[in-house]
Amino acid sequence: MLDKTGHDDLKLLARPKPLLDRRGWAAFLAIGFVLIVLVPLFNLAPATGSALHLPGYLIPLLGKYACYAILALSLDLVWGYAGILSLGHGAFFALGGYAMGMYLMRQIGTRGVYGHPELPDFMVFLNWKELPWYWHGFDSFPFALLMVFLVPGLLALVLGWFAFRSRVTGVYISIVTQAMTFALLLAFFRNDMGFGGNNGLTDFKDILGFPVQAPETRIGLYVASVLSLGLCFLLCRFVTRSKLGRVLLAVRDAESRVRFLGYSPTSAKLFAFVLSALLAGLAGALYVPQVGIINPSEFSPANSIEVAIWVAVGGRGTLYGAILGGVLINLVKTWLTGAAPELWLFVLGALFVASTLLFPKGIVGLVGQWQAWRAERRSYQSATPAEKAAE
Amino acid sequence: MSKFMRTMAAAGAMLGAAALGAHGAQAQDTIKVGVLHSLSGTMAISETTLKDTVLMMVDDINKKGGLLGKKVEAVVVDPASNWPLFAEKARELISKEKVSVVFGCWTSVSRKSVLPVFEELNSMLFYPVQYEGEESSKNVFYTGAAPNQQAIPAVEYLMGKDGGEVKRWVLAGTDYVYPRTTNKILEAFLKSKGVKPEDIMINYTPFGHSDWQTIVADIKKFASAGKKTAVVSTINGDANVPFYKELANAGIKASDIPVVAFSVGEEELAGIDTKNLVGHLAAWNYFQSVKNPVNDGFIKQWKTFIKNDKRVTNDPMEATYIGFKMWAQAVAQAGTTNVDAVRQAMYGQKVKAPSGFTAVMNTNHHLSKPVYIGEIRPDGQFNVVWKTKGPVKADAWSKYIPESAKLTADWTFPWVCGNCEKPKYAALAN
Amino acid sequence: MATGPFLRLPAREGAGTARAGLDSADINARRIIKTVLNRLVPMNRFLPLLMVALMLALLAMMRPAHAQDLAAALAGLADSDPRPAITALTASDDEKAKAALAALAQGNLYLRLADNAVVIGEKDGEMVVVTNAATGDIEDMARPDELQPITLSEDARALLGDAGAAAQGGGPLDFAGAVAALKADNFADKARAIDAFTVLADPRAIPVFQALADGRLFVRKSDGAVVIGNASGNDVALTDAVSQEKAGIVAPAALDVIFVNNNLRNVLREAVGRLGLASPDPAQRRAAANALLDAATPDTVALLREAFAKESNGAAKSAMALSLAAVELADADKTRRLLAIQVLSGSSDLRVRALLQARLSQESEPDVKAALDAAFDRLQFKLQLYGYAENLVQGISLGSVLLLAAVGLAITFGVMGIINMAHGEMIMLGAYSAYVTQEVFRAFLPPSWIGAYLIAALPVAFLVAAAIGIALERGVIRFLYGRPLETMLATWGISLILQQTVRAIFGAPNKEVANPEWMTGALELAGGFAITWNRIYIIIFCFAVLGLIVLILRRTSFGLHMRAVTQNRAMADVMGIPTARVDALTFGLGSGIAGMAGVALSQIGNVSPNLGTIYIVDSFLVVVFGGVGNLMGTLVGALTLGVVNKLLEPVAGAVLGKVVVLVCIILFIQKRPRGLFAAKGRSADA
Repeated sequence: MLDKTGHDDLKLLARPKPLLDRRGWAAFLAIGFVLIVLVPLFNLAPATGSALHLPGYLIPLLGKYACYAILALSLDLVWGYAGILSLGHGAFFALGGYAMGMYLMRQIGTRGVYGHPELPDFMVFLNWKELPWYWHGFDSFPFALLMVFLVPGLLALVLGWFAFRSRVTGVYISIVTQAMTFALLLAFFRNDMGFGGNNGLTDFKDILGFPVQAPETRIGLYVASVLSLGLCFLLCRFVTRSKLGRVLLAVRDAESRVRFLGYSPTSAKLFAFVLSALLAGLAGALYVPQVGIINPSEFSPANSIEVAIWVAVGGRGTLYGAILGGVLINLVKTWLTGAAPELWLFVLGALFVASTLLFPKGIVGLVGQWQAWRAERRSYQSATPAEKAAE
Repeated sequence: MSKFMRTMAAAGAMLGAAALGAHGAQAQDTIKVGVLHSLSGTMAISETTLKDTVLMMVDDINKKGGLLGKKVEAVVVDPASNWPLFAEKARELISKEKVSVVFGCWTSVSRKSVLPVFEELNSMLFYPVQYEGEESSKNVFYTGAAPNQQAIPAVEYLMGKDGGEVKRWVLAGTDYVYPRTTNKILEAFLKSKGVKPEDIMINYTPFGHSDWQTIVADIKKFASAGKKTAVVSTINGDANVPFYKELANAGIKASDIPVVAFSVGEEELAGIDTKNLVGHLAAWNYFQSVKNPVNDGFIKQWKTFIKNDKRVTNDPMEATYIGFKMWAQAVAQAGTTNVDAVRQAMYGQKVKAPSGFTAVMNTNHHLSKPVYIGEIRPDGQFNVVWKTKGPVKADAWSKYIPESAKLTADWTFPWVCGNCEKPKYAALAN
Repeated sequence: MATGPFLRLPAREGAGTARAGLDSADINARRIIKTVLNRLVPMNRFLPLLMVALMLALLAMMRPAHAQDLAAALAGLADSDPRPAITALTASDDEKAKAALAALAQGNLYLRLADNAVVIGEKDGEMVVVTNAATGDIEDMARPDELQPITLSEDARALLGDAGAAAQGGGPLDFAGAVAALKADNFADKARAIDAFTVLADPRAIPVFQALADGRLFVRKSDGAVVIGNASGNDVALTDAVSQEKAGIVAPAALDVIFVNNNLRNVLREAVGRLGLASPDPAQRRAAANALLDAATPDTVALLREAFAKESNGAAKSAMALSLAAVELADADKTRRLLAIQVLSGSSDLRVRALLQARLSQESEPDVKAALDAAFDRLQFKLQLYGYAENLVQGISLGSVLLLAAVGLAITFGVMGIINMAHGEMIMLGAYSAYVTQEVFRAFLPPSWIGAYLIAALPVAFLVAAAIGIALERGVIRFLYGRPLETMLATWGISLILQQTVRAIFGAPNKEVANPEWMTGALELAGGFAITWNRIYIIIFCFAVLGLIVLILRRTSFGLHMRAVTQNRAMADVMGIPTARVDALTFGLGSGIAGMAGVALSQIGNVSPNLGTIYIVDSFLVVVFGGVGNLMGTLVGALTLGVVNKLLEPVAGAVLGKVVVLVCIILFIQKRPRGLFAAKGRSADA
């Protein structure tokens, strides 16, 4: 829709492309306008009973989808373009979330249950006498924001540096990242780690001085999420259109050949991996104040696998496909867990199976696939009986 | 191949249509009750039963003519053992489905996750599971046990003559807030009874821990020091089956090292071969084996509803039963489902409980319930070996934790208080 | 119908005297019945039948009449002259009457003002727990001002005193009486009954005690006899507790268990232990001596010495020697103490360590202290060695569990390259097959066969999982060859569907899969070091499975085809190997083996729809760590992970230990990106 040849590598290598073409920009801005201006407007302006009114519970829900979309986007960057299927992207997401959660915890101040001026409730409860060193600084928003990027980024850098340098590829990198998120899951479950154990961080009061529960804050967070999504999309688009992006594609398709040609696949992959982790961290940070809780289950390997499924269902290697997949599957999930609580796993499971079988290029590949199928059918119908028999 | 795909597509479409149909059929003039229990994922093991219990209660009340002249309708959703999804679904139930009350949650983290939603939207949650206490929300009624209704009586029993005069204690739990709190309270309690620190061993394991060889061997070694030893288990859910299997096979008999558990009931035992576990203990506010007319009726009602004679009842089900009955009584008394009115009507509400006693809702949003200690029988039921003389009032804030000992919870309007040292005057709502 | 008058029949009068007590209303009622019946049926033919029916009706009415009698007597207690009521209650053999009298004696009997019911009240804080004296049910809590105590005059109290004494007295003590006393409904009375046996010193008590401790002592509902039961399939074979003769086989429903609590179990065990020293069975003598190691009392020491002198069996004798040495460790005579230390230092029992340690703090003689020290160190060293061995064995056991979980995946993922996220569900299906097989055995086959269900479950699980695996391969996976990551998505979807299907069929809660008799218990080695039988069997089973796979791969034509297809599909195709069929069968084999693993894993863990999700991450780690495509690698990988995990666990704790292992794997894969045993050659890069 935005760019029909988005995954056509040859043409891509032939000439550099603009960020988006005219139709693309028009669509981008139109969607942005609807999401950023109209949605809040319809929530705030009409009276509650009116048909035009957008119910309040939809706002955090849409904000949550936007966060998931950023996460899906970040995975598409490494999987769709660099061929690294990370099954540990949930870890970066959760780490970003924890950094934000720690800021929000420090903002509670004396309003906690036990009223301790410095320690969060769970630390008072575990008889901790003082704040552990790694909690210092999180009372300042800029520092927390820095950590939102720094922690996932550093982890990705270290892991990526080790892995790509040793040419760990394919399934192995998937398993390594999965082991990473599993190890973090177990570690964060421990109450002794100082991150609130299984309950995680919750009971937030306010963010930047605004109460988290207030509808206005909700809208603010929602707008911030959608804006971030738009910017992240443009950033990823920029990276994939650049020379680096083309090297990444080449690495995905034939890593050895790229190396023989004198490029360094390691640094290209490392860049993409770290950037992707940063985006995932941002998504997590936006997610936490909107859902009101961050706990270790975000690290669970199943969550990360699910992200890969969003990307695959949407269409990998297209960026907007990932966004579409992330939003769509979560929308279906929201709807079905309420409408068919006993059946929704069947539907979701069938959807995954069907999507891989029926539209391997994802939802966005469906258009092209349908055209190709029609063309094939037409040529088949016009073929002679002998040709048919030969098949 | 294309035929296969078409079949698949048709099946998908049919499923979708079925889902739509289920959603579309809703009566107009009903009182809606939300059911927020996981039907898939790790917690489905325990929570599905509670969903069925609520449905049974709804069915029952409708057979008796409904509530306030209206039918009661259950709105079931599946939060899929996913904690942020719990919050999302809670919001959906309250804002979109406009339910009057929600019965739900099992784990502490799911409750913590939905708590801000219920407080923000001023709705009502009935939480039916034994938990760590240290909480009292205006919008939650806790019908499960607080630690003083389970843990302390059990330990006192073991210290006594009938329990074997235990001198050495292993506190084994899953590493999350309920075991941590319970063990903290128990540790303080044991020390106040003169138990030396070297006679207490505390051990935490992760969720779903499945390899218990080392820990069971450690317990054996700890118990060989010549003093009577007992294990107080706050091991949760899934991890219990491998734990008890290891225990049984390692030959640890209840008469040597009794294990008293706070998270193992009839339903959990139904998944374990109990022949070799006879004599190990559990502390609850209800056992299926308790004999009284209310319980007989409850068990019969459950078996008829679920159409399976082998299904058992357990404590969280009883807590759901009490919660639902109390809510229905309070609604009938208030004449409305308005949350503020029903809340006021809840206090002092009495229900003849299957435990054989009358459960009373207190102004701290917790129940007064009796405490039973049961020994596991070969048939997977419990044989009550000790019980309190009467209902025990739940403490929202434990006396044994210094920070919370000074806190009170009392929601007697208009002097309300969830976690303060003195009640505050509440501005009149609405 | 005039049933009322029947109810008023005096209860304690037998059927024979009932006629005399009939009042006119009764006669009227009879006449009416008679007339009615006479018109309906020829009287003379049905008279005997009618008589029997009436007798039965009378018998059936005895109980309610009795209850009403009790209620009346209780109500009489509140009268101004309670003496007749007390006399009536004393004469009654009803437990509730006794309880009421006891409460009356203690001043705990009240009149409830609300309904004038006589209730027993027990103070509980500010409230009183109310038990209805007539029904024996606990009814409610009440405030003290809701109740009025029933007080007695002097002469009534005297009467009560006599009555109480009569109730307490009981007959002369004999074995049958003591057995009957075990039926008491509270633990204190049962303890008293057990004490009575000790006074009697009847050897018949041993089996009774053992049965009581094991929960095998029953009351037969039909006649109230106390019987010992032994499981005989689904039924129970009975032995009369008093005569110790066979008493037939009945269904469990016909029996009531006599419950004991842990305290009583200990009392029983001690008693059995004392009696056991004189048992004709040397194993029992040894066990009794062993139990006395740290629990000897002065009177058992004498018994022990006596038994030691008579003992001829070597093992039993040394156990007795050890227990005696434990006693003599505190002897006043120094040489005896030294001798005792010498005996004890040869043991590796954990309790001996505790004994030595306790003595060490009390000992004052320097040379004895030195000997104690040396013995303690030697024991400590020995136990430490056992500890390492124990860790190692536990590690191998954990490794074998990992191996079992992963070995099917080593075929589907390792050999075929399919990232099969539904692998865990194949294990789960295997476990449910075991459950279903067990239920079928329980329902349809003779009870003595139940031990074999697990063996039967293995092929069942293999076939079920293999069939589903083949269906999956044919239905879904074959369209996705060459796209491993998409296979992952599709199989993930399948795993969700399978989980939910099982949940829909079997329900969400755990299912009980019992250990067969031959798999329960543990192999006790020295120093408290025990390996449970189920784990031993799992270790054996997992190696058997691995051996079987190697045989299939190396020695069968199917194995040859499989290897050919993996190494060079095109060439294999050209050579006439039906590659599609080989693919399906290979996937079926991998799934089937996962199913068999499920049977084994059902013996140590949960059987629930989530079973598979527990093992899936670990399975992938094992296969990747060992090296994809290499069965040997999977074996070594699983055992290494298991052992390292178990060695770390005592140091770092269960969670951190696992985290460390995971980090090690991540680092290891950096070092050897293709796992422990990387496949070599061109095919490795394909």
